[in-house]
Amino acid sequence: MNKFKQLGLGIIISFFLVLSANAGSIKIGTEGAYPPWNSKDAAGNLNGFEVDLANALCEIMKHNCTIVEQDWDGMIPALTSKKFDAIMAGMSITSERLKTINFSQGYADEVASLAVMKGSSIENINAPEGINLNIGGSDVDKALKTLTSSLSGKTVCTQIGTIHQNFLESGDVGKINLKTYKTQDEVNLDLTNGRCDVALAAAVAFTDYAEKSGKAVVLTGPTFSGGAFGNGVGVGIRKGDSKLLNEFNAAIDKARDDGIISKLAIKWFGFDASM
Amino acid sequence: MDINLMMSIFPNLLNGAVITLKLLVVSMFFGLIIGLIFAILRVNKNPIFNKFAYGYSYFFRGTPLLVQLYLIYYGLANIEFLRNSFFWVIIKEPYWCAIIAFSLNTGAYTSEILRSSFQTIKKGYIEAAQSLGVTKKITFYRIQLPIAIKQSLPAYGNEIILMLKGTSLASVITIMDLMGEARKINVLTFKPFEAFITAGIIYLFITFIIHNIVKYLEKKYRFQT
Repeated sequence: MNKFKQLGLGIIISFFLVLSANAGSIKIGTEGAYPPWNSKDAAGNLNGFEVDLANALCEIMKHNCTIVEQDWDGMIPALTSKKFDAIMAGMSITSERLKTINFSQGYADEVASLAVMKGSSIENINAPEGINLNIGGSDVDKALKTLTSSLSGKTVCTQIGTIHQNFLESGDVGKINLKTYKTQDEVNLDLTNGRCDVALAAAVAFTDYAEKSGKAVVLTGPTFSGGAFGNGVGVGIRKGDSKLLNEFNAAIDKARDDGIISKLAIKWFGFDASM
Repeated sequence: MDINLMMSIFPNLLNGAVITLKLLVVSMFFGLIIGLIFAILRVNKNPIFNKFAYGYSYFFRGTPLLVQLYLIYYGLANIEFLRNSFFWVIIKEPYWCAIIAFSLNTGAYTSEILRSSFQTIKKGYIEAAQSLGVTKKITFYRIQLPIAIKQSLPAYGNEIILMLKGTSLASVITIMDLMGEARKINVLTFKPFEAFITAGIIYLFITFIIHNIVKYLEKKYRFQT
């Protein structure tokens, strides 16, 4: 066989491989880099709350599921270009994202928080324990004002394309020096290295990191929810894929009623983050 | 394809392109100095010097630029001793980390380009100089070096263009260069095609300019053998 024929055969075989990988089952995309929501173990296998939940939901829907890894910053384009059929990646339901994709009902919700290294000048911010931007009011305004003065001139780090970035750019906390990273791992690294004065992410992302790495990362200021932080985390699904959307909604109902979501949340978060 | 979106993101991308050019020019400047020093060390007869220069170029040409960037940005920052020293002022800034990584990388390639030019200089020129009683030092600086630089121009032009593309890695260490801006637009609009094709066009345009400048210089300083 000459070289040309070999090449042609190779191309044909790879076409079949691509086609067969797409047939029959649904694919769920996750980041695998945002513990405890989703992450990877030392052997490189995906694990975390959403990996367990995805498997549970697929069992209820009687679908054959594969969970695939996708970088966070390409998550929504990968869904719309049919690299997979659903997103379960700690992705909050926000109005910006709803313009491009649909979301199932929320399955879990969890607050965001600022974090600093122990001994930081803003380790203690005088603010209420938690603020909900949906409710607003004078307490929230006061807390945001305190935050604005605490964060002024500070380097604040967060993952790119997140609700946390949206919040920091919304102007609610005034002018800050914002740095965005591809993954939460890199935010954690630069926080401990001292390039970031303070970081913003899901509170559990920091507590999980502090616990596993033994670094003196501590939460500071109020916890955040509502407003730019969206309305809980749901399954992202392509617009027009209403059959799959209905199936996921029904499966989430069933999983909630059976206590599966609560059980998994307690297993991974240490508290019941289900909704 | 959303042409309106591409038009509206263009100014943001141009801001990024300015950073990209800054990174390119500064790191090519340092890289050229590093490359020249190491090329001279490479053709030096002293085995300590030329082995050291060889090791340097072997390492920086043999490992991915991304690895070098991560090593300098995250790796060095992990060393407690460096964090407490005055080096931290430099290493703390992503911009300088990128400059260090890019300069060392392009320096390695430049040293190889110059070395091969040195070694292809015809023996006759050197012998002619020697027969006229010109000292070795002057032969090197007035004859070998200018010839080597002229002969290196085409290969060096390629290196500039490769490095331009290499600077796009700066976005992974939070620098908002052309690629960084494109990635930001991608996560805000979820339209990767428009964001990256516009960035690609700007990269292509910069390449076009560099290519023509190098071509002009090649013509002007062509060395006839």
